Amino acid sequence: MAIKTEEMVLNMGPQHPSTHGVLRLELKLSGELITGVTPHIGYLHRCFEKHCEAMTYPQVIPYTDRMDYLASMYNNFGYVTAVEKLMGIEVPERVEYIRIIMGELQRIASHMVAIGTNGLDIGAFTPFLYLFRDREKILSLFEMTCGARLLYNYMWIGGVSHDLHPDFLRLTKEFIDYFRPNITELNNLLSYNKIFVERTANVGVLPADVAINYGMTGPNLRASGINYDLRKDEPYSIYDRFDFNVPVGEGKMGTLGDCWDRYYMRVLEMEESLKIVEQAIAQIPDGDVHSAIPKRIKPPVGSIYHRVENPRGELGYFIVSDGSMNPFRVKVRPPSFVSLELMDELCKGHLVSDVVAILGSIDIVLGEVDR
Amino acid sequence: MKTPEEIFEILKSKFGEEGVTFTGDQAGDPYVTVLPEIFRKVAVYLFKNEDMNFDSLMLLSGVDDANGEKTKDANENEIITGGTLSVYYNLFSLTHRHKLTVRVSVPRETPEVESITDIWRTADWHEREAYDMFGIIFKNHPDLRRILMPYDWDAGYPLRKDYQNPEFYHGMKVPY
Amino acid sequence: MGLLDKEFADSNIVIAKTEDLLNWARLSSLWQLGFGLACCAIEMMATSASNYDFDRFGVIPRPSPRQSDIIIISGTVTLKMALRIKKLYEQMPDPKYIISMGSCANCGGPYWEHGYHVLKGVDRIIPVDVYVPGCPPRPEALLEGLLKLQDKIRNESLTKKA
Repeated sequence: MAIKTEEMVLNMGPQHPSTHGVLRLELKLSGELITGVTPHIGYLHRCFEKHCEAMTYPQVIPYTDRMDYLASMYNNFGYVTAVEKLMGIEVPERVEYIRIIMGELQRIASHMVAIGTNGLDIGAFTPFLYLFRDREKILSLFEMTCGARLLYNYMWIGGVSHDLHPDFLRLTKEFIDYFRPNITELNNLLSYNKIFVERTANVGVLPADVAINYGMTGPNLRASGINYDLRKDEPYSIYDRFDFNVPVGEGKMGTLGDCWDRYYMRVLEMEESLKIVEQAIAQIPDGDVHSAIPKRIKPPVGSIYHRVENPRGELGYFIVSDGSMNPFRVKVRPPSFVSLELMDELCKGHLVSDVVAILGSIDIVLGEVDR
Repeated sequence: MKTPEEIFEILKSKFGEEGVTFTGDQAGDPYVTVLPEIFRKVAVYLFKNEDMNFDSLMLLSGVDDANGEKTKDANENEIITGGTLSVYYNLFSLTHRHKLTVRVSVPRETPEVESITDIWRTADWHEREAYDMFGIIFKNHPDLRRILMPYDWDAGYPLRKDYQNPEFYHGMKVPY
Repeated sequence: MGLLDKEFADSNIVIAKTEDLLNWARLSSLWQLGFGLACCAIEMMATSASNYDFDRFGVIPRPSPRQSDIIIISGTVTLKMALRIKKLYEQMPDPKYIISMGSCANCGGPYWEHGYHVLKGVDRIIPVDVYVPGCPPRPEALLEGLLKLQDKIRNESLTKKA
């Protein structure tokens, strides 16, 4: 005699300890197996694009900080380089080197939070505390330069807001020497830990052609085996002067493109960023950081789409200008918005506890998804 | 790898002079304007053809051109009648490494564009957002409803230039 | 604490008013609901991590509203989220306290002028006890907000309504 069964709808609501923000996931379950996932977003929609039309070009920069609040230097970088490209401004050498140092330090800090919370959701508490202790050192470097810990408003159109503190380069060198052995410790604690590998290997496999059609970018795309990094293939600023590798997934612990690969890409990227910062500190020239900032910012009529490599993927700014002091339209392409569409494809056929592992490995920030 | 001018010449020879036009004299990127009636054929051609091979859609954005007639209604608020709404598509090819920007303009009173969700799966949520913010209807979309605003928001489309704020929503005061 | 170490010098019998005893018990172990909305949530996580520890004040995060005493509204409250916050507030048992952290929760923050989807201040839907200003507030500022809330609880009375 067959038992009558029905599909059940379970709500992982906006308030949940491991949804990384206010995200609502509607799970359709058949027993414990998932048959469909529908994400509902919009709980943090703060009308960024409407504010851009009412403010002048420099006044938009603090609002771009608050979209992806874990990597605010990079949001500033993307917007400022897009406007400079539209206006045809060349910035001095020292400003380029400072921007790259800040951007790569921000990449390390953002990956620390991503790895720490990924481990915390799976159940590992210790790496979270160790990584936050090390992140405080990076935040104190930023605080020494511009006064803020989390949301900086540091990169301005044509330059940066403050020059480096006299002790900054020496303290950054000390941080690099302190942090390198900690990555080995993190690998021993978490990456090759048997429980972590069992929970993340062969879970949420993403084939390469599906990833490209869905528009996935960044470490998530590289974990599926495709070697594409905006810093190497379409270099913006002065990234072509530095010597670093781009980590690509190999399927070491399971299938190519599973959660463990996506997690391990971020660990390897932290090491590469340390190399870039070391080279930049050795080569940085002297100069005036405020010399190229124009008095009035009024771009010519036209439209431009410019993209940079955020820690989460490809961040794009589409700016339409009508010749006045306020932008006519600013549209942002957030990498997490595009990655979140894939939840349905990745979670089919897995158990409920795998949803948490998959969501942690995609690394989303809700401020960016909802803008 | 082709420049936008070369791609435009190939499209002009295939789809005719009236269907596609090129704008390249402004600052920033040049773009190709396509008529809404032949847009879907152009999209399929750009995706499937071996020389073009645009396999990734980077961004889809709606823009309110605000080129209609501006009048004032009873409460001294500005309303726009006539004019167009546009949708910009930014395409990229991973194999050939070339880019293209395509623009489609539709009238403000009946904004309807063909959906391209079955060609590039990433267009799903981008088109829902363009509908939510501007009211552009995408024909044959699998699930066209609001994505960022609440599902029962009935006070209009927020990013249009003549949008007015409602006073109350479910008992909460909206303006400052 | 002032109540205990002076009294336990010679004997181990302590005499205190019931009000003082109950208030002391409440303020020493405020369990918070794990709820973070936006950028201020990252500073709240940094406050609970190793550098500025929250645990030494007795505050630990709990996942369910039925088991928590305090809710820290950290981040922007949008109209879509406001209805859910009201539901969470009604699910918490008495006595409950609210800390509003950051400019966005206090008064709408940088989005006060053109934000069509932002609720200008969480005190439009729930009653707030302590406001912590900043964008985002430093962890030390949040700790001071917590100490001020502890002062407020210390002066509560069983008979008179505050």
